[in-house]
Amino acid sequence: MKRLFKWGLKKSPWVFHLGASACNNCDIEILDVLTPKFDVERFGVVLVGSPRHADVLVVSGIVNRQSIERFKRVYDQTPSPKLVVAIGSCACSANMFRDSYNFVRPLDEIIPVDVYVPGCPPKPEAIIAGVVKAIGKIK
Amino acid sequence: MQVIKLLFYFIVVPGFLFTALVGLISTWVDRKVTARVQWRKGPPWFQPIADVLKLLGKEMILPEGGSVFTFLFAPLMGLAAVTLVSAMLWLFNADPRGSFIGDLIVVLYLLTVPSLALIIGGSASRNPLSALGSSREMKLVLAYELPFILAAFTVVAKTGSIIMGQIIGYQSANGMIFASPSGAIAFLAALLVTQAKLGYIPFDMPEAEQELMGGPLLEYSGPALGAFKLSKAMLFFTLPVFLITLYLGGIDLASVAGVLWFVLKYVIILTLIILIKNTNPRIRIDQALRFFWGPVTVLAAIGFILALAGW
Repeated sequence: MKRLFKWGLKKSPWVFHLGASACNNCDIEILDVLTPKFDVERFGVVLVGSPRHADVLVVSGIVNRQSIERFKRVYDQTPSPKLVVAIGSCACSANMFRDSYNFVRPLDEIIPVDVYVPGCPPKPEAIIAGVVKAIGKIK
Repeated sequence: MQVIKLLFYFIVVPGFLFTALVGLISTWVDRKVTARVQWRKGPPWFQPIADVLKLLGKEMILPEGGSVFTFLFAPLMGLAAVTLVSAMLWLFNADPRGSFIGDLIVVLYLLTVPSLALIIGGSASRNPLSALGSSREMKLVLAYELPFILAAFTVVAKTGSIIMGQIIGYQSANGMIFASPSGAIAFLAALLVTQAKLGYIPFDMPEAEQELMGGPLLEYSGPALGAFKLSKAMLFFTLPVFLITLYLGGIDLASVAGVLWFVLKYVIILTLIILIKNTNPRIRIDQALRFFWGPVTVLAAIGFILALAGW
């Protein structure tokens, strides 16, 4: 039964897109992954509307003072087992906002991050590779 | 012995396991055709099965302050109702003498239970968006039940019997009801209602992924969400079987040709539903209400009057 569940989890990672005041460039690239050219539904990836349905949280943008509490809450609202993929340099290391008054601390000090996909913005291929690596972490 | 036989009918074939398997594969057909319409490749054939297996193993979060019993009871209620309808329909088709007086009414009642389960589950979630989704689902049920019952009773007026076994017998003697003008009109109305019962585009406003984030399903996670997904997939199989039983001559399980004929009819209905789904935008709830109480009810009423006139 446990192995069947693992298989199911690997074959159907449902993604919730958690936007943290990104500049929209990463968001556009994430949506690109769902378009016919890349078509991640081949691997069972579906974009869901509620964190309760999600297996993978895809985060883009930096976490600021306003959104830090919301981030923790959305992470807690996601049923485990869950994975977090940080998309873009902002989510990985705060990029050019490192010295901003609004920046609190990097994403991986707030919630555990499994995979980092750097780039400003990363290419859709890189995002797919990142999610595949995240799925590979399921043991 | 009788009890074991009935339990076998309910749980294995033609009840839960059979319906779930065929329903999930039908859902895959839906997703694959949708993908092909959008020039994508689409998911592999086991995709819906993997989805449900995954949901069964995930953590289930109960919303704080919601009603726990109602929250968990709603998906089971929907699942049980669909299973019962499917088992009844298949057993009536296998042995028309096994049906009883008024079983059509029982089936019509049981077919509203999955919608009812969504309403109850959404209301028990203690979430404003879920409540909004529930209220939309309620309005949708109010909208489509009238034409659905009119369309079903066209068949009753035509055959002069409210027993499903006799309706099937009438069709095997006189040809399918769909072949008559009143039957064709009633089938069209019932097909539109099927779309709304399944909650597919253009009538998916209760779930509205974009604005309500899943509506009544918003707070559901893990096995409870899996039960809802499963009952929807089973409904996707059961409702076409219901349409075939009422309008398209039932299912002849005695011969291979009869079974293939059923599969052909099923695939045609499935294709119609999927194509309606893929070529329409979502309409607003008030537009849906106006659509069902206006043109569709008039259509179903015309069919009913034609059937009473003997057409």
